[in-house]
Amino acid sequence: MTEFVLPEDSAKIAEMQLGGGRAPAPPEGGELRAIQSGWKLSYREFVSNRLAVVGVGILVVFILFSFAGPHIYQTNQSLANPVLAYNSPSGAHLLGTNAQGFDEIGQLMRGGQSSLEIGGLAALMAIVVGTLFGAISGLAGGAVDWFMMRIVDVGLSIPYLLAVLVLATVLHSSVFELSLVLAAFSWLVPARLVRGEVLTLRERDFVWASRVMGASRIRLVFKHLIPNAISVTIVNVTFLIADTVLALATLAFLGFGLPYPLTSWGDQMANALQFQSEGYWWLLYPPGVCLVLVVLATNLVGDGLRDALDVRLRRR
Amino acid sequence: MPAALEVRDLSTHIKLTDSTVQAVGNVDVTIEKGQTVGLVGESGSGKSMLGLSVLGLLPNGGHIVGGSIKTDGNELVGLTEKQLRNVRGNDVAMIFQDSQSSLNPTKKIGEQVAEPVRLHRGLNRAEAMDRAVEVLEMVGMPQPRERLKDYPHQLSGGLRQRVMIAIALTCEPKVLLADEPTTALDVTIQAQILALLDDLRDRLGMATLLVTHDMGVVAGRTSRINVMYAGRIVETAPTDELFTDMRHPYTQALLAAIPRLESDNTKALISIPGLPPDLTKPPQGCRFAARCPLATDRCRTEEPPLTGTDSKHLFACWHPVDGPVKKLATLIAHKTMAAATTEASGNHLLDLRNVVREYPVKAGLLQRQVASVKAVSDVTLHLDAGETFGLVGESGCGKTSLGKLIVGVEKPDSGSIKLDGNEVFTLRGKDLRIARRDLQMMFQDPYGSLDPRMRVSGILKEPLQIQGIGSAKEQDAKVRAILDEVGLPINALERYPHEFSGGQRQRIALARAVVLEPKVIVADEPVSALDVSIRSQVLNLMKRLQAEHNMASVVISHDLAVVKYLADRIGVMYLGKLVEIGTGEDIYRRAAHPYTDALIKTIPVPDPAAEKAKTEVGIKGELPSPLNPPSGCRFRTRCPLAQAICAELEPPLRRFSPTHQAACHFPLQEPEPAGADGTAGAATAAV
Repeated sequence: MTEFVLPEDSAKIAEMQLGGGRAPAPPEGGELRAIQSGWKLSYREFVSNRLAVVGVGILVVFILFSFAGPHIYQTNQSLANPVLAYNSPSGAHLLGTNAQGFDEIGQLMRGGQSSLEIGGLAALMAIVVGTLFGAISGLAGGAVDWFMMRIVDVGLSIPYLLAVLVLATVLHSSVFELSLVLAAFSWLVPARLVRGEVLTLRERDFVWASRVMGASRIRLVFKHLIPNAISVTIVNVTFLIADTVLALATLAFLGFGLPYPLTSWGDQMANALQFQSEGYWWLLYPPGVCLVLVVLATNLVGDGLRDALDVRLRRR
Repeated sequence: MPAALEVRDLSTHIKLTDSTVQAVGNVDVTIEKGQTVGLVGESGSGKSMLGLSVLGLLPNGGHIVGGSIKTDGNELVGLTEKQLRNVRGNDVAMIFQDSQSSLNPTKKIGEQVAEPVRLHRGLNRAEAMDRAVEVLEMVGMPQPRERLKDYPHQLSGGLRQRVMIAIALTCEPKVLLADEPTTALDVTIQAQILALLDDLRDRLGMATLLVTHDMGVVAGRTSRINVMYAGRIVETAPTDELFTDMRHPYTQALLAAIPRLESDNTKALISIPGLPPDLTKPPQGCRFAARCPLATDRCRTEEPPLTGTDSKHLFACWHPVDGPVKKLATLIAHKTMAAATTEASGNHLLDLRNVVREYPVKAGLLQRQVASVKAVSDVTLHLDAGETFGLVGESGCGKTSLGKLIVGVEKPDSGSIKLDGNEVFTLRGKDLRIARRDLQMMFQDPYGSLDPRMRVSGILKEPLQIQGIGSAKEQDAKVRAILDEVGLPINALERYPHEFSGGQRQRIALARAVVLEPKVIVADEPVSALDVSIRSQVLNLMKRLQAEHNMASVVISHDLAVVKYLADRIGVMYLGKLVEIGTGEDIYRRAAHPYTDALIKTIPVPDPAAEKAKTEVGIKGELPSPLNPPSGCRFRTRCPLAQAICAELEPPLRRFSPTHQAACHFPLQEPEPAGADGTAGAATAAV
C-alpha cells in the first residue's frame, strides 16, 4: 500500500543541508557525559555530613567492642566467683566486677552482643515484612489494600509495650524469640511508609511501561517498586535498630529481658538499680552510656542517610 | 533617554561543589520603553539565569561576575539585598512559567495580587484590594471582585496565569520579564495570554523581555530577538530580519528543526546532532562548533566576536550562513496513499468501535459514585498496517486515555477494540501477555518512563525477558542492535537513566518500545518534553524506525504540527469525542470542524508576517469540565457558529470526502450528500 524509500543517515542529511564540512559528525544521539553514579553522589553527600560520619564511627567502635573485644580482652564470664563480687574499678578490672564477680567490661561486651543482635535481627525482620506488605498493599489497591491497611491500623492501635510484655512472658526469652516479639510490632510503620511510596510509584510511567510489556504483579513488585522504595527502607531500618535497642532495654529494665546467664545492657541496668544505694555506680552508668551512644549514633546515621539519598533522588 | 533595561557585558556564574557553571557570558541586551524583545534559547542556554540575574534572584552559589544591569539608567549590579527588594516587583517584575507552583496555595488570590502594592507603596488593605480588582480586570479576569476570595486551586490554568501577570503588574513596573509565560498552557490558552501581554505592553508602555524556547511565540510579538546558545548571545537582529536573513548556523538550524503545518512531511527535519556543551567546561572557541556542520579548525580554537555589518544585526560566527535552509533532504518518499479508501468490510489492523471509558468519581462515607469523568466517549477509528494515525487535542480531551485503551492497559466500559480481528481487552493471563507483544507504548516524560534503578541494558532487555523471547545471549545481541539503531553508543548499556539527557532517554524509550517488534506503537507526546534541536532528532528517528520496521503507530500530541509531520491520518479530539478525522491535508487545508479550524489558527508560527496577520484570538474561553460535558455538541460553548440545534442534538460524523469526516451541524466545508455513498450512519461505521 505504502512504499518507503529508506532514508540516509540523518547526520549526513544535516551535513548536506548545511553545506557540508570537514568535521566528523558526533554520534547521532550525542556524546555521553561522564556523570557520577547516583550512589557515589549519595556517598559524597553522606560523607560531607560530619555528624553522620561520627555516628558511623561510634557504631563501628561498638560493633568491634562487642564482637571482637572478647577475643582481645579475655575475662572469665562463665564461672561465678562470689569472692570477686562488687569490686570497684581497679587495675585488674578497669570497670570493676558485678554481683557474680564477672568483669564489668566483659559484661558490657556480652550485653552489647545481644543488644546489637536483637536490634539488627528485629529491624531486619520488620523491614522485610513491612516492605513486602506495604508494596503488595499499595500495588493491589482496592479492597485488598483496604483490608491490609486496616490490619496495620489495628496493630498500631494496640499499646506496644503492653503487648510485647504479654508476649515476652509467654515465650521463652532467647535472642531469636525476643527479636521476633519486637519485630512483630515494628513492621507496621515501615509497611505504611512503603505503601505510600508505592502509591506514587505505581502511577509513574516506567511502571505503566512495564505493564504495557505484560509484566506480572510479582515482577512489578520486585523489579520496580521495591528497588525504588529502597531508600525509604534503608533510612527506616536504621531508625528501627535504634528503636528496637531501646525497646529491648525497656523490656529488660521491667524484668522481661534475657534470662541469666544471657545479658543485655538493659538487664545490666535493671540489676544495677538494686545496688544504687550502695554506691556501685560502675554497674549502672557504663551500660547506660553504651545504650545512649549506640541509639544516638544510629539516629545520626539514619538522618545522614535520609539526606544523602534524598539528594540523589532530587538530581534525578 | 536611557533605555528601560540595559544589560552590558553581563557574566553570571553558578558555583557547584567542585565546579563552576558559566551560565551567562558577556551578554548585552537592551530594551526600550514599550518594546518587547525576545530571548530564545534551549534549556540550559542561560536564558532564565539572565532574567534571574536582573532581579538578583540567582540560585544558591550563583553570582554576577561582571558587567552591568541598568534600569532607566540606575545600576542594579552591586545593590544590597534591601535595595534590590525595592526594585523587585516595583521597577522590574517577573512572570514565571508554572503558575501552579508560583502562586501560594494557602492565600486568596486577592491578597496575593495586593501584596506588591502593600509592600512597595504602603497602601492599606482596602486601597490595595481596590488596586487588585483594577489589575485583575485589566488582565481579563471575569468578575474580578467576586474572584478576590478564591484560592489558586479554584482557578483554571489560564486564569492562574492571568493572576500571575496581575501580580507582576500591580506596581506598574518599567520592565517585565516573562520567563516562558505560556509553556505550561494549551495552545488555545497560550494565544489568549500572548495577546494579553501584547495588549498590556501597548497600554502600559512597559519594556518586556519575552524568554522562550519557541520561535513561534516570539515571531509575531517582538521587535527584536536575541538567540542564546550555551550562555552566549550568538545572534541578535530585528525580528523580521532574523527570520528571513539569519546569519548564524544555529539560528538557521533551529528554525528548520521545527515541523510546520505547511511543511512537507516526506522531507527530513533539519536536526542538530549531539548535545549542547557542558557549561562547567565550556569549549575553547565557538561553543556551537562541536555541532556545527560548517565548523573549521579556527572555530574550535578561536571564539568569534559578536559583530555584523550594521549595528542592528549582530552575529558571532566565523562562517556565517546566508538566510534560511533552502534545500531539504527527502527522508521518506511516500509513493502512493491511494489505498486510503479501504472498503468498509476490509480488515483493519486495529479497529476501535464506539469505545467508551469513564472514570468514576466517588465521594462520601460509603464511597458512592457521584459522577464520572467522561474521558473517552463513543470513539470509532481504525488503523491499517504501517500507517500512522495522529491524535490531537488540548490537555484533558481524553487522548492519553484513548492511548492507554489501545495498548490494553485500560479496559473500555463499552465498545470493542480489535487487533487483527481479535478483541484485546477480554484476553486474560498468557494470551493477554502475548497480545501485548504487538502493542507497545512510548511515554511523554523521558524522566519518568525509565526506571531510575535499572541500567539501560536491563531496561531494554525487560520486554524480552517478560515475553520470554530468546536466550540471554540472543537478548543481549538484540539489545545491542537496537541501541545502535537509535543512535546511542554501546557503552550506554552499563549506565543508569539519570546519566542521559532528555533526548537520549527518549531514544532509549523508543528502543524499548521497538525491541519487541510490535505491530502498533502508541507514542504519547513523544517529543513535547524535549528541546527544539533534540525534538527533530527524535522525530526523524521515529519516522525512520517506523518505516524500517513497518510498524503502525498512533501518535498523540497537543501539537498539530508534530502530528501532521508524523501521521498519515489525523483525528482531532475534543472533550472525549473525536470531532474530525482526515488526512493531514484534509485537516490542514480543508478543516470542516470549527474547533479544528480554530486550533490551526492559534498555533504560533515561526514566521513574523503570518503571526502579525492573525487578528482573532482563536478560541475563547476554556475547556468545560469532562464531569459534565455540554449537551449536544460538546464544543458549542466555545464555538462561534453555535446555534440552538447544537445544544439539543449531537452532530453525527459526516463524510466530506472518502478520507475526511467531521461531526458538526454547521461545518466549514460542504459535506458529501447523504445517501450518495450510504447514509451518514454507514459512513460512521466505515471509519
